[in-house]
Amino acid sequence: MTDGHVLLEMSHIVKEFPGVRALDDVTMRVRKGDIHAICGENGAGKSTLMKVLSGVWVHGSYGGKIIFEGQEAQFSKIKDSEEKGIVIIHQELALIPELSVTENIFLGSEVMKGGLIDWDAARLQAMDLLARVGLEVDPDAPIKTLGVGQQQLVEIAKALSKNVKLLILDEPTAALNEDDSANLLQLMLGLKARGITCIMISHKLNEIAAVSDAVTVIRDGKTVDTYDVVAGQVDEDRIIKAMVGRSLENRYPEHTPTIGEVLLEVKDWNVESPTIPGRMITKNASFHVRRGEVVGFAGLMGAGRTELARSIFGRSFGIWRSGQMWLAGKEVAPKTVQQAIQAGLAYVTEDRKVLGLNLLDNIKTTIVSANLGKIVKNGLLQMDEETAIAEQYRKDLRVKTSTVEAGVSTLSGGNQQKVVLAKWMFTTPEVLILDEPTRGIDVGAKYEIYKLIHAMADEGKAVIVISSELPELLGISDRIYTIREGEITGELAAADADQETLMRRMTTTSTAPADPASLS
Amino acid sequence: MKYLKQVFGGNLQQYTMVLALVLLAIVFDVLSDHKMLTPSNAQALLAGNAYVLVLAIGMVMVIVIGHIDLSVGSVAAIVGMTVAITTSQVGLPWWVGLLLGLLLGTAIGAWHGFWLAKMGIPGFITTLAGMMIFRGLTIWVSKSISVPAPTEFGFFGAGFLPEWGPDLGMNNSTLLLGILAGAWFVWSELRRRSAILARGHELPLWVTLVRVVLFLLVIGYVTWLFGSGRPGTSFPIPGLILVALVVIYTIITQRTRFGRHIYAVGGNKQAAALSGVNVNKVYFLVMMNMSFLAAVAGILFIGRTGAAGPSDGTMWELDAIASVFIGGAAVSGGIGTVVGSMIGGLVMAVLNSGLMLMGVGADQTQVIKGLVLLAAVAIDVANKRQGGSSIFKRKPAAAKPAVAATK
Repeated sequence: MTDGHVLLEMSHIVKEFPGVRALDDVTMRVRKGDIHAICGENGAGKSTLMKVLSGVWVHGSYGGKIIFEGQEAQFSKIKDSEEKGIVIIHQELALIPELSVTENIFLGSEVMKGGLIDWDAARLQAMDLLARVGLEVDPDAPIKTLGVGQQQLVEIAKALSKNVKLLILDEPTAALNEDDSANLLQLMLGLKARGITCIMISHKLNEIAAVSDAVTVIRDGKTVDTYDVVAGQVDEDRIIKAMVGRSLENRYPEHTPTIGEVLLEVKDWNVESPTIPGRMITKNASFHVRRGEVVGFAGLMGAGRTELARSIFGRSFGIWRSGQMWLAGKEVAPKTVQQAIQAGLAYVTEDRKVLGLNLLDNIKTTIVSANLGKIVKNGLLQMDEETAIAEQYRKDLRVKTSTVEAGVSTLSGGNQQKVVLAKWMFTTPEVLILDEPTRGIDVGAKYEIYKLIHAMADEGKAVIVISSELPELLGISDRIYTIREGEITGELAAADADQETLMRRMTTTSTAPADPASLS
Repeated sequence: MKYLKQVFGGNLQQYTMVLALVLLAIVFDVLSDHKMLTPSNAQALLAGNAYVLVLAIGMVMVIVIGHIDLSVGSVAAIVGMTVAITTSQVGLPWWVGLLLGLLLGTAIGAWHGFWLAKMGIPGFITTLAGMMIFRGLTIWVSKSISVPAPTEFGFFGAGFLPEWGPDLGMNNSTLLLGILAGAWFVWSELRRRSAILARGHELPLWVTLVRVVLFLLVIGYVTWLFGSGRPGTSFPIPGLILVALVVIYTIITQRTRFGRHIYAVGGNKQAAALSGVNVNKVYFLVMMNMSFLAAVAGILFIGRTGAAGPSDGTMWELDAIASVFIGGAAVSGGIGTVVGSMIGGLVMAVLNSGLMLMGVGADQTQVIKGLVLLAAVAIDVANKRQGGSSIFKRKPAAAKPAVAATK
């Protein structure tokens, strides 16, 4: 990668967090006018790298050097990087739903005239920008009335308003459907023709093949491979090998299941959306899990996996409409989380920090928090018992910490997840539902979590694993259900399944669609 | 420094505010020509602030769940007025009036709890409405005139413990209390020691000894301070009620399921709900409890002043809230302790009393109190930003961050 004018050079970037080295000597170069793809597993350090580049992590908080347009960049805030023409569009869109398209585009850089906002000029400029990204919407429409794909385009229009030179897109198509994705890729090529350089973080190899000029692969915080894409030809094997960095076979522990009788059975489960009346988020779902079995739920983001799991877990999401549920042959209908826990269900949330943990808490109080009744004597919590229990789990699950008094916020993602697992193991559940149990966790910790999942199954529990990573589901489950738009679209033995067959059922219906009239 | 840590436990920061309180008291004592640390002033200070401190106990719980209660002054007023009217004018026995008052407070709390927990109206709005409603009602039922309270309430608001036994140069009831407190500390310290040793940890004998001697010195001094006043005075009854409430509520918040649920809801509402905590029930009970304690405060106050007035309790909510925040609670919820709030409240009380003794006017006192509130919270925020823990965190988190990622 020598030819062409280099716009950005990041060399030997090191970024540490308490307990984790997120970036460990990353070096990359981006040529002017290129679309440069960055690949890597979840937690490889891609997002951290972009945060370093855009000034979220300020100059001095990381090691190494950033050269942008031939000058060393020393950003102390996001605004600094924006002034240089570096704009990042995050995975979670940063638009304000209540404000209009125009207001969002110029938020923070309002069009001023005589100390007041010149709304007429702003609206005209907004219309111009919207035309450039090919979006035909009313500039006065509130953002919340737009679809996700359209919102994405508004973000790009906003970036264009800032005279962007380097546009960073963090998994831009993750939440988009195929049409919107194709649209967006087309737009990126259009921007490239105008001389705007793009960095695109993506997992989707076909998209990388379609638009990118160069690829950099990051693994465990290091650059492992970087090369030019020759005339739209991407060597997928090379990328995958670099991303994974080891043979796929030993990423998942060996496990021979001992499968018993059906423990959890759910039949004709229907749940209505809590926000949009009439929209069903789970449609006629029927499935079962046996003792000692690990069952995977595969589905794209927004397919309704989490919603299904949470509606089963004490109806903690959506409005339950109909459906039955049996635990060990006995019909149960837990209506609150408390009842669900008592019935023997446990649900480990997908978003640890937002839904799973009280970050002000320490390890031991977290571990006992879902089953405080067990350490209460005469109405008082037994502190000695609490410490002893926490110490036991610390040893069993190999939580790396100096003391169980340490705050959970000081732990790394993998250790936090172990603490959350300990918390639910302490409720002695029969059925464990794990929602994205390895998200944001490094590879070594993942392996340990997999072993814990298998250990729990071997104890005779039924385990449901929800995951976006198909290799993971294939690697650890015994059986897999696919979900699409709230419907279960397939059931496969893991041994018979591969990523392609799963993906097909996650994206298209193989069977006749359920009759919506049958919903009660 | 190392020795200090061994004696007081790993986190010295939590003693910052205690130290500030002690220093303030000493400085004012010197500046006021030794009028500050006298038995009569100490008794007056405690009896005169007990009602605000009682409010702070409830307020810290409300603030930990992430809300605020602006109505406590008005609730105290309506309860005090109701008690005075039903006893002095209607002629009910004093104890019936007392129970009626506590019941009314609890009912008002249930009203606030209903709007917060069932209807989802933020506590700020619910209690802002309550502040107006109950202030208005107080003025309405009292027709804007003060109503005398039966003399029996004087015992709760301004009473002293009895005098008995041989003359030992101080109030024997206070002495007995001091001895009981000292004995309790020695006993719990020895129990703590044996528990630590039983777990196989080390605890040098001198650490236990120093702790015991230090505490006995403090309790001895406090006993002397409150017990050696003019004959007939002792540790004040409202102070005793306060201490009992502090003990009860410390146990509730630190040692019961309900207490854990309060902190869980305040720390992360969604995570608490998904762990089986009934968030709305916690909201409801905490709000109900707050108004119950406001009723207690209102009754203490009419006992002290001998009458219920239409403007009683004005601005009390602000003193209670200030005490809680000086005591290290977090505005965002999840952090705060009963004991911390008591220290915070005492800092305010000592400031009030000391400035008054020095002849500083109420106007300037107000300014100084405002600045102290700002400074205390600013120090707390700065501490947290440096990665330190707050002055009165619920549990002193380990100083050392946990090591290493899973590799």
